[in-house]
Amino acid sequence: MIDYTKRTSYLGDLEKQRSAHKLVFEGSFNPGLPERGYNNRTLYINLSTRTIKEKPVTEQMKEIFIGGRGFGLWYLWNAVKPTTKWNDPENEIIISPGPLGGNTQYPGSGKSLVVSLSPLTDIPIDSNVGGHFGPLMKFSGFDALEIQGKAESDVVIFIDGQKGIIRVEEAPLESVDSHIAADIFTHMYAADEFDRRNISVIASGKGADHALMGCLNFSWYDIRRGVARLKQAGRGGIGTVFRDKKVKAVVVRGPTVKGDMNRPADIDRVRNTGIRLHREIHDNDDKQCHMRTQGTAHLVEVMSDYDLLPVCNFQYGSHEDVKNIASYTWGERFTQGIPDGCWLGCSMGCSKGADGHIVKTGPYKGHSVTVDGPEYETAAGLGSNCGIFDRDWILEGNFYCDTYGIDTISFGTSCSFVMECWQRGILNAERTGGIELTWGNGAAQMELLHQMARNEGFGAIVGQGVARMKKLFAEKGWGDPKLLADIGMEAKGLEYSQYLSKESLAQQGGYALTNKGPQHDEAWLIFMDMVNNQIPTFEDKAYALFYYPMFRTWFGLCGLCKLPWNDIVPADNYKTETPAKVPEHVQNYVDIFGAVTGKIIDKDELIRQSERVYNFQRVFNLRMGSGLRKHDKAPYRSLGPVTAEEYLSRQERYDKQLRELQGLDPEAMSLDEKIAATRAWREKQFELLTDAVYKRRGWTNDGVPKPEHLKEIGMDLPMLQEVVEKHL
Amino acid sequence: MKFIKPDPLKCVGAKSCEKVCAKTFFKNEDVAYSAIRITRRKEGWDINVCNQCGKCIEICPAKALYRNKAGTVMIDKAACVGCFMCVGFCPTLSMRVAPGAREPFKCVSCGACAKACRSCALALTESDHANLPA
Repeated sequence: MIDYTKRTSYLGDLEKQRSAHKLVFEGSFNPGLPERGYNNRTLYINLSTRTIKEKPVTEQMKEIFIGGRGFGLWYLWNAVKPTTKWNDPENEIIISPGPLGGNTQYPGSGKSLVVSLSPLTDIPIDSNVGGHFGPLMKFSGFDALEIQGKAESDVVIFIDGQKGIIRVEEAPLESVDSHIAADIFTHMYAADEFDRRNISVIASGKGADHALMGCLNFSWYDIRRGVARLKQAGRGGIGTVFRDKKVKAVVVRGPTVKGDMNRPADIDRVRNTGIRLHREIHDNDDKQCHMRTQGTAHLVEVMSDYDLLPVCNFQYGSHEDVKNIASYTWGERFTQGIPDGCWLGCSMGCSKGADGHIVKTGPYKGHSVTVDGPEYETAAGLGSNCGIFDRDWILEGNFYCDTYGIDTISFGTSCSFVMECWQRGILNAERTGGIELTWGNGAAQMELLHQMARNEGFGAIVGQGVARMKKLFAEKGWGDPKLLADIGMEAKGLEYSQYLSKESLAQQGGYALTNKGPQHDEAWLIFMDMVNNQIPTFEDKAYALFYYPMFRTWFGLCGLCKLPWNDIVPADNYKTETPAKVPEHVQNYVDIFGAVTGKIIDKDELIRQSERVYNFQRVFNLRMGSGLRKHDKAPYRSLGPVTAEEYLSRQERYDKQLRELQGLDPEAMSLDEKIAATRAWREKQFELLTDAVYKRRGWTNDGVPKPEHLKEIGMDLPMLQEVVEKHL
Repeated sequence: MKFIKPDPLKCVGAKSCEKVCAKTFFKNEDVAYSAIRITRRKEGWDINVCNQCGKCIEICPAKALYRNKAGTVMIDKAACVGCFMCVGFCPTLSMRVAPGAREPFKCVSCGACAKACRSCALALTESDHANLPA
């Protein structure tokens, strides 16, 4: 039995580290609580000009952008020019929890939405993250935090919501690595042991100093384990922007949380809706997703069973060794019986922790650490997709990705790409500096990560991501550029997340027809398409690519987690007309939005709220030189079998499709002809889907929001029209 | 530990327990403020009151629930974050919510209801809690 209160301590030099801090600049504010979910002010900090100011959150902002991702995109639009690059000082990092964020009664109400210009995609990225920062910042008095400019040397930004003080301090001594930084700063800024629960730290790590796939860790103090736990704003490289601004940490110290701090319009309604969901989770989680015991890793073998688990760089969808990393093995490895919600009151509690991991490589070799996760994406990305079916290596990679501030998804997909390049002879020991990138080589994967953190060797190249590697390898003449384009799993510069979409047209669109690149935030349709078979027809899929990206956007506007929407469903959900939508839960969201903000909406207005922001983001992409149909292309590996061995591995399926869908006779065709015919068919289907989705979204055939559509949804703002007109 | 041991067969539905509970802790007699609840069944009455099993202790994200020296499960309102997970996860549905309240409330085994019950359907009882969550 592992003692979950024991681990390597990093607090030995805390006093020395504290006394090395030097004040760079400071400001003060009147701490306050939100009213009906809003404080009506934002905190703006410019690290170059050493400015701290409050900005009003206007009624128009609330009406159009709601909060969270909406506020982030609005502030970013105003901060940057069409020519701005991610590492220009005017790029911002905006953090906002949304009006429902901080509510403790409804599960999953603690998300922070982080927005910035992405180093990977050069367009706006938004990433949602748990941990306590957003709610504690909100209960200190701010609906959003804007960080602009760059510091001269490493700084900590400390927001004291108890005293109304903001201090930007030079902090030269502490490690930037998150598992240390979060723990040290939690102890440094808490008045006493009880006060540690009022602290949340944002940190990144050494990897983000150099790699473009840097992530942010948002902490929450686990009062039972006695450690700062970490959740990640993973996608799009915002950690890289953070470190480029020379921010070592942002620390908030809020008031001790109470259930009424969001000051909702109708607290009884919020509470009763929440209690009903708590009970539903209590009654059904053990029969449905096992989120409370296995977290999102519950998906691993389900995905393999349905041939959807990425194996060896998305070549295959299942593997016999999946049993070694299956859900129940994680259930055994995670400490059970203590609340693991990444925000207070989340009874889904999927933020599982593996205590007592003894680190076996790198600078922390021999340390005993608590690993946060792995979640499904990490288990699949670092694991099966790299041919690694070993729990300890996945934990090792999970730990180092987090503490180095590296996104496990982008790293997993980048690592699997170079492993396939090794398999195909595009890479060899000479080109990788001696790292043997064979499938299943956990030690090699870790060496890439350590090199990335040291900014040296082949690991530093992998840290630039798949898009840049494809270009680099092609330039060096290391492989057929066409093959590299087909197997390099990125779109818009962002690496794919961990679902095999070859057989799911809906998920192909869900990945490629997106605002920010292939992720599972905008449209995670694979489960309803392939496991539950809830969107069988072409029309169903096209509609799903309108409805779900909009519905899912709404979570990001409000500060909510999507998992309690459909990772738990009412026992009689299957009897409803639209079980995929989970109508009872949609009604819950409609209810709590009204109960918090006092603004009564219905389920159609909910979608409309999202459409406004989703289209705003699309136009923002256009403004930054992206956002057209040509930017929504998918690598062929995500649509179908690229290679002969891929085709042959599922020959029966593909031959059948040739017969039934195209009326061809596979017996009369060579393998190359069959691969080519399959490809032509699938690429055509993808184009037809694109046509249908754009039409449904109110966009031109080139992917540009039509002026009349913008008018219809109340987004006919001159600033948007000006951008759109150039593309009509 | 001290707990209220109900004997539903003796209950006649007078509901004096509800009134005295609400009055003791909330200064009114509305059942919405009572930790003990009497409901009609097909035959006879059902008595719902916390059995001090302590399941809620391990559910609470704020460690606001604890067992006091007498073994009764108590709520530390200073630590409580008002999430009501304990309400949703109570095995016997005996954790309560008062209208408009920020924190839940529960039976603290004060025994007032047992004293008020003329049918002797409630008894303030002692038992060992060594194997229950602490």
